[in-house]
Amino acid sequence: MTNLIELKNVKHAYQTPAGPLPVLDGLDIAVPESSFCAVVGPSGCGKSTLTRLIAGLMFPDEGEVWLHGDLVRAPRATVGMAFQNPVLLEWRSILRNVILPLEIVAPRMPEKKRVARAEQLLALVGLEGFEDKRPSELSGGMRQRASLCRAIVHRPEVLILDEPFGALDAFTREDLWQTMHDLRVEEPFTTLLITHDLRESVYLADQVVVLSGRPAATQYVLDVDMPVPRPIDSLYEPAAVEMLATLRHQIQIAQGRAPAQEATQ
Amino acid sequence: MSGANWQKILSPVLGIVVVGVLWEVWVWYMQWPTYKMAAPSDIGPAFWRFKELFLQYGWQTLWRTVVGLLVAVAVGTFLGMIMGLSRLMRDALYPLLVGFNAVPKATVVPVVALVFVGQHDFNTILIAFMISFFPIAVSVAIGLSTLEPEYRDILRSLGASRFTIFWKIALPKTLPEFFGALKVAVTLAFIGTNLMEIVEPHGKGLGHLFESGRINSDYPLMFAVLIALALLGILLYYVVVVLERIFAGWAERNPT
Repeated sequence: MTNLIELKNVKHAYQTPAGPLPVLDGLDIAVPESSFCAVVGPSGCGKSTLTRLIAGLMFPDEGEVWLHGDLVRAPRATVGMAFQNPVLLEWRSILRNVILPLEIVAPRMPEKKRVARAEQLLALVGLEGFEDKRPSELSGGMRQRASLCRAIVHRPEVLILDEPFGALDAFTREDLWQTMHDLRVEEPFTTLLITHDLRESVYLADQVVVLSGRPAATQYVLDVDMPVPRPIDSLYEPAAVEMLATLRHQIQIAQGRAPAQEATQ
Repeated sequence: MSGANWQKILSPVLGIVVVGVLWEVWVWYMQWPTYKMAAPSDIGPAFWRFKELFLQYGWQTLWRTVVGLLVAVAVGTFLGMIMGLSRLMRDALYPLLVGFNAVPKATVVPVVALVFVGQHDFNTILIAFMISFFPIAVSVAIGLSTLEPEYRDILRSLGASRFTIFWKIALPKTLPEFFGALKVAVTLAFIGTNLMEIVEPHGKGLGHLFESGRINSDYPLMFAVLIALALLGILLYYVVVVLERIFAGWAERNPT
């Protein structure tokens, strides 16, 4: 299997009046095609910078970002993004919101096909019958579902999720996790998920990358060896509990609250 | 027609009638002469006596105001776009605009009347424009500069051009603020038109009618002009409200 997303020794610093502020310092991530990678780390460690680098909205000072065997030099339409804030457009119906990327990526696509594609996705995430509603008429969880549909409507190779479930209540969040598994069965995208929720990372991902505190480097990579799609109960199996403990410990090291030598167990 | 619709028409009409009656009674009770305060019963005949002039001058004031507003919308939107999309231009233009806006337009009126002497239509439109473009420019600038960065990231990551982002997201998102500013601009533009019409001796328009009422000590006529201006103001305001419903009706949340 080839790596669809590959970051090699990526370093990046922001220029501030007080001098350069390094945020990424030696980041290595490799995500095989159609697998799911979760990135966790202490807050403010440059996770959002990472998403912008992969989307081609920014370029690293040093190191390389590869997508599907190409060095990333510009934004590319093979990327879909969803954020914590679903940012749906209030003047468009849910259906028209989902269609938006198609208007840009595939301007010649017949309207009928666009609508069919969006309706198919909305049905898949359980929003059948809400196509004509305005975003403000939907609950937070439903808006986030629509936002996910918009992120994958143009069949991107790479799906970048920047804490999309962070602002939802616990039950809604678990529902959306299930939806993510359902989507993965139907749609062939490779995912990079930024999250603060360790349970979320273990439940959804095939590998979890732990970043160190700022400036962020790859500190630890955990392979989640559980079959997908997973029932939510799998989180309470001993193997999953052990993985969670490992990750929590790694986060504490990243935060500087636990000595690093214990990391090797 | 349903009961709710009747209520929509009846309540404002009733409001106007009640205020009119109170006004009439008040003037009668105080025994005020017309030069102190004209009563509605004086204003009606004043309208009738000058009905042709009211139509002719009212139209003049209206179209000058509308043209001034259209120019204000064009220039205001353009300035707002420049300031909203470029940090540099915002820093460069903002103090200038604020300073320009701070100058009381009543003081600019005689200057303009001298510079473009005799160009009545042009002068009037110019002042209407000058007094009303500022809120439009500011609202468009704020609407554009407060665009959530996520929108830009989503569209730019798809390879959308700046124009596409502006057309599909920034522009429609700014419309509610734009219409809010336009409602303010409508009343401001009327002030501008009338300032100029009052000052210019041969400029015509309702302002001129007002001034001739003053010169001839025809006080009911002056009050009648004020009422006519209020009517025109209401008319334009509701035109803007209808446009807002059509183009930015989505911003009105239904209380469900």
